[in-house]
Amino acid sequence: MPPQDLLAPRPEGLYCPPGDFFIDPVRGVDRALITHGHADHARAGHAHVMATRETLDIMAIRYGADHAGQTQPAGYGEEIRIGDVTVRFHPAGHVLGSAQISVEANGLRIVASGDYKPRPDPTCADFEPVPCDVFITEATFGLPVFRHPEAAGEISKLLRSVGRNGDRAHLVGVYSLGKAQRVIRLIRDAGYDKPLFIHGALQKLCDYYQEQGIDLGDLRPATVAAGSRGDFAGAIVLGPPSAFGDKWARRFPDPLIVFASGWMQVRARARQRGVELPLVISDHADWDELLDTIGTVAPGEVWVTHGREEALVRWCELSGIPARPLHLVGYEDEGD
Amino acid sequence: MNRFADLLDLLAFTPSRNAKLALLQDHFRTVPDPERGYALAALARDLDIPSVKPAQLREMIGARMDPELFAYSYDYVGDLAETIALAWPENETRREGGNDAPGLAEVVETLIASSRGKGAALVEGWLDRLDPPGRYALLKLVTGGFRMGVSSRLLKQALAGFGDVDINEIEELWHGLEAPYIDLFAWLEGEAEKPVNAAAAPFRPVMLSHAIEDADFEKLDPGDFAAEWKWDGIRVQAVSERGVNRLYSRTGDDISAAFPDLVDGFGFEGALDGELLVARPVNGGLETGTFSDLQQRLNRKTVTAKQLREYPVFLRAYDLLIDGGTDLRKLDFVERRERLEPFVAKLDADRFDCSPMLEFASWEELAAHRAAPPSAVIEGVMIKRKRAAYVPGRPKGEWFKWKRDPFLIDAVLMYAQRGHGKRSGFYSDYTFGVWRTDEELVPVGKAYFGFTDDELVRIDKFVRNNTIDRFGPVRSVRAGPDEGLVFEVAFEGINRSSRHKSGVAMRFPRINRLRWDKPPAEADRLDTLERMIDAPR
Repeated sequence: MPPQDLLAPRPEGLYCPPGDFFIDPVRGVDRALITHGHADHARAGHAHVMATRETLDIMAIRYGADHAGQTQPAGYGEEIRIGDVTVRFHPAGHVLGSAQISVEANGLRIVASGDYKPRPDPTCADFEPVPCDVFITEATFGLPVFRHPEAAGEISKLLRSVGRNGDRAHLVGVYSLGKAQRVIRLIRDAGYDKPLFIHGALQKLCDYYQEQGIDLGDLRPATVAAGSRGDFAGAIVLGPPSAFGDKWARRFPDPLIVFASGWMQVRARARQRGVELPLVISDHADWDELLDTIGTVAPGEVWVTHGREEALVRWCELSGIPARPLHLVGYEDEGD
Repeated sequence: MNRFADLLDLLAFTPSRNAKLALLQDHFRTVPDPERGYALAALARDLDIPSVKPAQLREMIGARMDPELFAYSYDYVGDLAETIALAWPENETRREGGNDAPGLAEVVETLIASSRGKGAALVEGWLDRLDPPGRYALLKLVTGGFRMGVSSRLLKQALAGFGDVDINEIEELWHGLEAPYIDLFAWLEGEAEKPVNAAAAPFRPVMLSHAIEDADFEKLDPGDFAAEWKWDGIRVQAVSERGVNRLYSRTGDDISAAFPDLVDGFGFEGALDGELLVARPVNGGLETGTFSDLQQRLNRKTVTAKQLREYPVFLRAYDLLIDGGTDLRKLDFVERRERLEPFVAKLDADRFDCSPMLEFASWEELAAHRAAPPSAVIEGVMIKRKRAAYVPGRPKGEWFKWKRDPFLIDAVLMYAQRGHGKRSGFYSDYTFGVWRTDEELVPVGKAYFGFTDDELVRIDKFVRNNTIDRFGPVRSVRAGPDEGLVFEVAFEGINRSSRHKSGVAMRFPRINRLRWDKPPAEADRLDTLERMIDAPR
């Protein structure tokens, strides 16, 4: 079976004809397999959804319990038959519940890795390389300039800045699923145990992570009720970056804008967003990790999707690995 | 290298002046000699080390990385040094945290000791040992590409704060000091005596004025004051001592190299305070050029023969600080002035003259002078107490500036950008435009002050309620003949500019008044601004 008969791009998303399902479809379909809970991968309105227990929970938190007609949880490593196809979910190390989906039929195995991160993350299961014939990799940070430093070092920059600027509130921009909880956990691991203040958009997902046994320490709502302006002096406040241009930001004393994202590697990007302290913390593989992962998985062929496909395809060519871009639409490359 | 790299990154992203001062002082406090001194010298661009050209950098990276992958990277990042710093292929030792990275002091001392041609090879070796921030700092150091928003004045202020001394003491010493400034730091930390400035022709910190307020006139007796024109050039200090000639900006930057036409022929022994202007010989006299002529000569490290020919510079003297070996600064203004006139009379008349004094018996008479300046290159009058010594800084009650009234136009708000720090959460930086046709606005300037906090809240509300588009932190707001917000904008001058879409550039624009009452269709037109260019007032 040629691999494109097992998985092929369609306008709705990646489609598997022998199993009649889509992976991360961008619009409502009959049967969807979802890699993880970020909004551009997990949407409401499918008839049947299969995902990890955590991803299903996250979808229910974001879209309501009735986001899909029927849901079916898949455990990591569990073998599931769909028609003539065997699928397995494997940890992707991206956010809590994130999975790569291995699709196998007639001795041919394709792994759709979704978004992934091979480095350890205390808030989710470690990425697991899965040998396969075709490896579908993301390329969000698929340029040689993207080399994410150790996250702990970035967090210590934040804490040093807090120490230097005791009269200001640090507003840390984090996406609400995954990045927020990871950054909080890293702050705790660095020995900071004072209360952290969070924007309302982070509350439910932080609560969920805590319920799943990921200790985030003392989190308090960053509301005016929590204190007057002066009470936020020296505080660390986390919220979605979009909130910082909002009136919400005015309640804090002389805010110092921080943004935790892989995009902060490039100075012009940080400046463009008006960031005063950029922290390079990403939930995606950086360039070196993309190359190492392809080397470890050792697939017969690489398909490259959302991001800077051309550079990674070029590297595969130079390394003698057959590769092609997979032009999927609808996935944001900004969300990190 | 990493402490220096961290400092560069923090400075580059920190908009507030006070926060920059705190960062610099923190660095001076925590980093030992000689490294802190080299960091200071690098920021002050005071390091004489072999430079590496962009072509050499391209060659280095080309030998190590696929050109196509590099091209994709450069295309994305847009800055050569930054792209190379990030994409430089790392060997296993580096990737496993190999820790033999060179420090700033090692880099600088090795470069100083090496010949011009060796720079590139040394840099290539260091790139293999540094991490990405370290590589970035190294490349900025050797390409001289510092644009960190750190002026020499800011550095001196940081040093003054660090050692709790007066900034004028730092300025007087500055040009006699050499990297890595061991004596200076020892003095600032109270470990040694103040260094003696042995350098010839040092800078003397300048005396500055206050803007005069209407209420001041009643309190001041015109008989106690002298007055002269306030020329629209740049304030400079020309010093010639023991055969060394230097031209300083008012903040003490040595700008001699850009003005050889003036500096090479000083022909005096002493220190003059004056205004740098462009002046061309015309019919046996001199014609003073405009500020935009002078701009052709500013902010350059070197100067071409053509610029020297077309924009010759000239010094109009205000004051004499040192006459021969005698320091006159303790004398009264009138006494200094008496010595200034014969001093300047002996100099090359194509390059020097004295700023003429204005005769007046009452403030009304001075107001009449101010209202009818004889040249377009005058931006008001200076009022100086006859009995005032030359005191560095801005002493109260001694010198006043009485600027001409600013230009005023009505313009329409087009774009607004989010502010920083205390203005986080507010749209506080405004781009405004005027009508090119009845329908089309063209942006002519940007302003971010001139309004009260309450007004800011109202403008912000207007921006949020009238947003039509967003680009990152910038919002485009409704602006048409019948809808939009009109600002009365005040500014000091206007020049032609090929860099701006409108073809004009304003000097020092600020919001003078909010015209909530005014229909945007009645805002000014571009041709009104064009007529203001070089127009006498």
